[in-house]
Amino acid sequence: MKRKVIIQRGEESDFFMHEFEIDGGPGMVVLDAVHQIQANDAPDLAVRWNCKAGKCGSCSAEVNGKPKLMCMCRMSDYDESEPIVIKPMKAFPVIKDLVNDVSWNYEVNKKILPYQHPDTDDPRMMQEDVDRVQEFRKCIECFLCQDVCHVIRDSDMKSEYAGPRFLMRNAMLEMHPLDQGDRLETLKEDNGIGLCNITRCCTDVCPENIAITDNAIIPMKERIVDEYYDPLKWIWKKLTG
Amino acid sequence: MEEFEEKKYDVLVIGAGGAGIRAAIAASDEGATVGMVSKSLLGKAHTVMAEGGAAAALGNTDKRDNWKAHFRDTIRGGKYLNNWKMAKIHAEQAPERIMELEKWGAVFDRTKDGKINQRNFGGHRFPRLAHVGDRTGLEIIRTVQDKVIHQKNVDILMECTVVKILTENNQAIGALAYYRNNGKLVSIQAKSIIMATGGIGKAYRVTSNSWEYTGDGHSLAYLAGADLQDMEFIQFHPTGMVWPPSVKGTLVTEGVRGEGGILLNNKNERFMFNYIPEAFAAETAKNEKEANDWLKGVKGAMRPPELLTRDVVAKAIMNEVKEGRGSPHGGVFLDIANRQPPEYIKKKLPSMYHQFKELGDLDITSEPMEVGPTTHYMMGGIRVDAETGASTLKGMYAAGEAAAGLHGANRLGGNSLSDLLVFGKIAGSSAATFALNSKERAINKDDLNKAMNEALDSFNKDRKENPYHLHKELQDIMEDHAGIVRNEEELTKGIEKLKELGKRVENAKAFGNRAYNPSWHLCLDLKNMIVTSLAVTEAAKERRESRGGHTRLDYPDYDSELGMLNIIIRKSPDGINVIRSNKEIMPDELYEFVHKEAI
Repeated sequence: MKRKVIIQRGEESDFFMHEFEIDGGPGMVVLDAVHQIQANDAPDLAVRWNCKAGKCGSCSAEVNGKPKLMCMCRMSDYDESEPIVIKPMKAFPVIKDLVNDVSWNYEVNKKILPYQHPDTDDPRMMQEDVDRVQEFRKCIECFLCQDVCHVIRDSDMKSEYAGPRFLMRNAMLEMHPLDQGDRLETLKEDNGIGLCNITRCCTDVCPENIAITDNAIIPMKERIVDEYYDPLKWIWKKLTG
Repeated sequence: MEEFEEKKYDVLVIGAGGAGIRAAIAASDEGATVGMVSKSLLGKAHTVMAEGGAAAALGNTDKRDNWKAHFRDTIRGGKYLNNWKMAKIHAEQAPERIMELEKWGAVFDRTKDGKINQRNFGGHRFPRLAHVGDRTGLEIIRTVQDKVIHQKNVDILMECTVVKILTENNQAIGALAYYRNNGKLVSIQAKSIIMATGGIGKAYRVTSNSWEYTGDGHSLAYLAGADLQDMEFIQFHPTGMVWPPSVKGTLVTEGVRGEGGILLNNKNERFMFNYIPEAFAAETAKNEKEANDWLKGVKGAMRPPELLTRDVVAKAIMNEVKEGRGSPHGGVFLDIANRQPPEYIKKKLPSMYHQFKELGDLDITSEPMEVGPTTHYMMGGIRVDAETGASTLKGMYAAGEAAAGLHGANRLGGNSLSDLLVFGKIAGSSAATFALNSKERAINKDDLNKAMNEALDSFNKDRKENPYHLHKELQDIMEDHAGIVRNEEELTKGIEKLKELGKRVENAKAFGNRAYNPSWHLCLDLKNMIVTSLAVTEAAKERRESRGGHTRLDYPDYDSELGMLNIIIRKSPDGINVIRSNKEIMPDELYEFVHKEAI
């Protein structure tokens, strides 16, 4: 069955919409369509992908306006009579066609205090104490949550905000039963957790179904309130210096 | 002369999966400056797709486990062709490497007393795989990734591909690479080079491997003069998805069977009971009752036959399909739905649940999956020294899937993640020591210029062939002539076809400009796939026996003489040299332990 696919193409800021026709088949995903176009019609069409099984988080794009992993996005989920429109992520600069420059994310990660192991030869952790941490560690770094977060997408406040992925990374480390680090101050100051106003857009697009807002960001906001905005604690700090 | 950037390191690590990153950490710990080249973005390498776990005899779940038992399983699983020294080092050091990950922040699933939990897997006598649900590879790569970015003097070149190893007087001294995003060339001078480039699966049509697996390291090392070994041994994983066509080959973790999943044919028979090899009979359940007892944890009950080694299970599935007992889409049924409660399945196998639900419209907690063999892993690779990871080319080291020896003729599930940690560290440390005791060697400008021209020749206007179509032809050749079952005639034809295709690959055309251009990238990858595929078929032709992942219809049994040999592939002025090389003999004490009927 023939399907129409429209792809945003071009480099840096010179973009155009390129329409293709593909042969659909059973179980086909959007990434298959892009590969078919590459092989037959546009050999230099740029797309980033690796595992094609929803495990590596490379093929992030916006399909009909929704942030998606192209490898997990079935063609049959879209109306056959309408073309499918694929664009790169909006929140990051475009290198070419569907490939974004996501290097900012790697810079943010590097500034987060890494895991600090305690001085012990026999580290023990109970499963119930690591369930939450493991939920956050499911993250495949597709950066769709970063793409959809309006603080980045609309306000472009990358210099003062880490985005949901890295607020969650902080939360993961803070909730790790053995970690000895303290990241509350950097969460508040450098990572700008206060800028998140809990619209849960990140949670909605997460392909790993991680409850980013409710399980990671809100508890961290609460810890910061307790630490910095508790009036009794504030007075005590003033008195004791 | 073409413009290029210049870089200089003590150690150059090519590849940034588990082995490459672990090597970079080790080299940096030794005080070397390190450049690590990653074909993809950091953290996206194939390690991320490993599912079931990392094998290490921690003895947390079953106290009887120890390094010797792990060693024995590895050798038996490898059909006695393994480099015994590597198997010993691996079994001894794996526990330490896993514990170290915990110090770096990894969070494995826990036992009731708060230690690292371990699960059962094919060919492992005891529950041995440290795991995180079915996403263990992600846990491991993320842990080493977050470690390496804070290491001293490690420079990470993301989305950068090496196209040539530069040598001088039979010593590796550097590499030419290009950045994928802008196509600019970079010359990298290094005192030692570690090949950690992974496997070759993209030479096959049905594969669990990603686009990166084009045998770059195998080919680059061979062309630079290093020996390849055991290239005939490719692991066809028994359980890949077979339907829909879009996901044919995508991996279904062995963890499904480790958690109690069973294989059924279209007559609803648990057919694996008909395929138990004699050597494994004493350690395998004799009937369904015993297998079910094992799942319930009854003492003395042996393991179900679904947990035999991958080579055995893959061939059994093929045979069931061939004899008309397959599933509707040419596989067999894998059932976990009737073996474990839905909540347990979702907790222990979340990404399998997700994968079948999203891509196959199937709920694995209520229906059986359809599965069949898929090209999964390269046992062969660059020939290395067990203690140092040094290749036969001075200054070059190798680790992980790109290196040969540890797994022999068949790899056990879970031994790959532990392999890359153990031998990644060893290669990193020894490459650094070598580098810190060596003097700099400048790259010869003529050699560099020649390599650059070769890399850019894909844009030559006279070239005509579509690289994507050539790639498909290559995959068909390898699937048809050097697939799961082989014979002399098919292999010989395959070699001829590969040689012809190789000439056409020289005519593969890159369309457009150098910025993020997959057609160009594929032109270069194809060259590597041709070299690697030829090495596979030549070695497969030479080994006239069946062993592990290498099955010859015309020579269906073990050959005791060939069992003592490795097939070596070496570059010569007249083309590929196929050489037989004697294996090192295991000490008597270990030999006897390995050959005990049961432990």
